[in-house]
Amino acid sequence: MTSDLFRFAAPQAFFPLAGKLIPWFSVLAGVLTLAGLYVAFFVAPTDHQQGEAYRIIFIHVPAAWMSMFLYVVMAGWAGLGLALNTRLSGMMASAIAPTGAMFTFLALWSGALWGRPTWGAYWVWDARLTSELVLLFLYLGFIALKSAIEDPTRADRAGAILALVGVVNVPIIYYSVQWWNTLHQGASVSLTRAPSMASTMLAGMLLMALAAWMYSIATTLCRVRSIILERERDAEWVRMTKERAAA
Amino acid sequence: MTWGSVNDFLAMGGYGFYVWGSYGVAALCVCLEILSLTGHKEKR
Repeated sequence: MTSDLFRFAAPQAFFPLAGKLIPWFSVLAGVLTLAGLYVAFFVAPTDHQQGEAYRIIFIHVPAAWMSMFLYVVMAGWAGLGLALNTRLSGMMASAIAPTGAMFTFLALWSGALWGRPTWGAYWVWDARLTSELVLLFLYLGFIALKSAIEDPTRADRAGAILALVGVVNVPIIYYSVQWWNTLHQGASVSLTRAPSMASTMLAGMLLMALAAWMYSIATTLCRVRSIILERERDAEWVRMTKERAAA
Repeated sequence: MTWGSVNDFLAMGGYGFYVWGSYGVAALCVCLEILSLTGHKEKR
């Protein structure tokens, strides 16, 4: 079993596996999104404090969760590459970054549109908001740094260090609502307390979060495949794969 | 069901701009990302 798993650490073995997994995760993402949207708009009740504006939560919270989670996974892959010098790790980190950046942007965007009707401002320099903005800059910095260095091995190493240093920002985002007096509300869902929301609202949020997970896996696998082809273009197996695809 | 009509649904209790602004941009981002990924493949 362990040796089987390690076999897929080779780009050559991982490439076809990723190709086989993409349709499954794509279909799951689509089905879960439809189910999530149905619950979000037709099952979940109107919030008695915020009216219908609260429905932004079904985009906002999953996007914010993914933005932090994907950063940790990206830094994990980058760190693994730094420690073990495995080729696939750096490629996985690169493949995750654009999706992570997209979710960070969406968390900020939907947050701004939610803040305006509830707080009266699109943006405030609040601890939660500011640290999430820093996360967006970390993703963009990671992408820019990697694309600025031509040698892929050096790009992986430089990117890994940036990603690992930046990981300190994730707990700051997560605990910002406890550590500082912020305008942003505290967590509605936690592992230790009962959630402070209607169960249908929670169900919608979890469905959308699961959809975001499946979507992220599908896009990452899709992107890592094109990165593998790009980086291993001189390898015999890539030439053979391309010939077979062209035939 | 909370909605009496389609207009009711679109109005989102007066918060239509904020709600649909969030969902619209999210859909746009997802579509652009999927397009960039699948378009890339066809070129090869």
